[in-house]
Amino acid sequence: MIQLAYLVAAFLFLIALRALGKPDTARHGMQLAAFGMAVGIAATLLNARIVSYEWIVVGSVIGAVAGYPLGKWVPMTAMPQRIALSHALGALAATLVGVGEYYNGLSTGELGRGHVMALGFEVLLGGLTVTGSLMAFGKLQEILPGRPLTFRGQNAFNLTILAIGVASLVWLVVDPTNVVLAGVMLAVSLCVGVLLVLPIGGADMPVVVSLLNSYAGLAAVATGFAIDNNILIIVGALDGLSGFILSIAMSKAMNRSFSNVLFGAFGSAAVAETGGGSGARGEMVPISAEDAGLRMAYAQKVVVVPGYGLAVAQAQHHARELADLIEKRGGDVRFAIHPVAGRMPGHMNVLLAEAGVPYDKLVDMDDINERFAETDVVLVVGANDVVNPAAKTNPNSPIYGMPILKAAEAKSVIALKRGRGAGFSGVENDLFVDPKTSMLFGDAKQSLITLGLEVKNA
Amino acid sequence: MNSTTLIQLFVFLLAGFVGFQAISRIPPLLHTPLMAATNAISGISLVASLVLAGAHDGLLATVLGTIAVACAMANVVGGFLITDRMLAMFKRADADTRESAAGATAE
Repeated sequence: MIQLAYLVAAFLFLIALRALGKPDTARHGMQLAAFGMAVGIAATLLNARIVSYEWIVVGSVIGAVAGYPLGKWVPMTAMPQRIALSHALGALAATLVGVGEYYNGLSTGELGRGHVMALGFEVLLGGLTVTGSLMAFGKLQEILPGRPLTFRGQNAFNLTILAIGVASLVWLVVDPTNVVLAGVMLAVSLCVGVLLVLPIGGADMPVVVSLLNSYAGLAAVATGFAIDNNILIIVGALDGLSGFILSIAMSKAMNRSFSNVLFGAFGSAAVAETGGGSGARGEMVPISAEDAGLRMAYAQKVVVVPGYGLAVAQAQHHARELADLIEKRGGDVRFAIHPVAGRMPGHMNVLLAEAGVPYDKLVDMDDINERFAETDVVLVVGANDVVNPAAKTNPNSPIYGMPILKAAEAKSVIALKRGRGAGFSGVENDLFVDPKTSMLFGDAKQSLITLGLEVKNA
Repeated sequence: MNSTTLIQLFVFLLAGFVGFQAISRIPPLLHTPLMAATNAISGISLVASLVLAGAHDGLLATVLGTIAVACAMANVVGGFLITDRMLAMFKRADADTRESAAGATAE
């Protein structure tokens, strides 16, 4: 009976993932998934091992009260940290279950080798996901410094710690009742999570958040093996795989391998120095808001390239208003979305959708790149590396080889920028010193408002 | 290796395969909702926490189980709500034109 309910739930989850392939069907699909979840939970309450419900009710009420604001009130700009936090919560649940089940096994004396191996994987993956996600949360929320924190011999040190963790797991399988060893493994996994995210800079967050998603899923798979529960195996596999697919997509969009992201500590001082020497030459040409507004008002085809700066300035609504004003004058406005723009996969899409930009105006990199040559004005809002032509032309640049939005092919470019500094990766941007580029310095939100006024009055 | 483990490995393999088919078709447009959705769905680990919190296996197990129930429940409730909120925002141009035009003139 319970297993049958799980089967229904698993089926509905798969339907939901399939429905997520299209924006029109996605919402309905997720409602089905929510129903599946309800079925699964209700069936679990019939489990013969459950003898009393008071603590279940306590935990559920606390969780629901905490979850409601996490679902309803968190602003879209805070989505990356919100997602990181929920990885931490999910992994914490898995880790605690792992520790609890191990403790049960100890007291009843039923600890098989296979069982301990599954529990070990669960705690190892769960533990590092908990602290890793909390670190990512701290960096994204700017509680912790966002720049990479590195020290000499960091990689060797991290690998040693990780090796100790794996070694204690292996030893624990040989000697299942060794509690000290279990404790060491838990402590090591918590340390690994911190060490893993410490050297990762803000611009690399999309990869890390996806990777932690994957680990959280794998921890759930291990839970499923440990307690003989098929639905946990299925769902964990889906979760782990989805995180894995996203991390691959993100790494590809940055032209970097996994190991490079994890061990590279991109944007550290050393990299910026070597990149700076061979970087862009020339002067940035400033433009007044009036001139920029006029140029946009009379443009036929406009492409807006949003970046993390748009999210920081909370300027998504103003970007949409400007786009509406240009469209009212007969211009055509598209938004060009680079896969790693922002701090998590799809970050820009969600922000702009929230501001009311219809999703057919949000164009992926591959599709929009064909259109740049016939575009009159490209408006770069808080994006930097994703439009830097050095990725194509300068083999010495640290971002060389990264696929970019070919904004440089457009007839003219207007870039909104807070100051004259380099981007997050510490790389000078060749696009900003290109003769056809004009720079509009200032806060992105304020600039967009002024541009909107100028377009309206033009 | 006993037969239960073997069946579980089969389940893992097949779920991975089917999942790959479904997930690789999801466009980058919906990658953030995808993450939120998998988070919500992975809240199914609640089923393990529920058993731990409800079985009387000693104080430590009950406490750990209760915290785990709270964490997983927060992910389930928050995850489904936020995914729905996000997906509700993705609209097509034709459905949206009138609304946004009205908004622009009101500015």
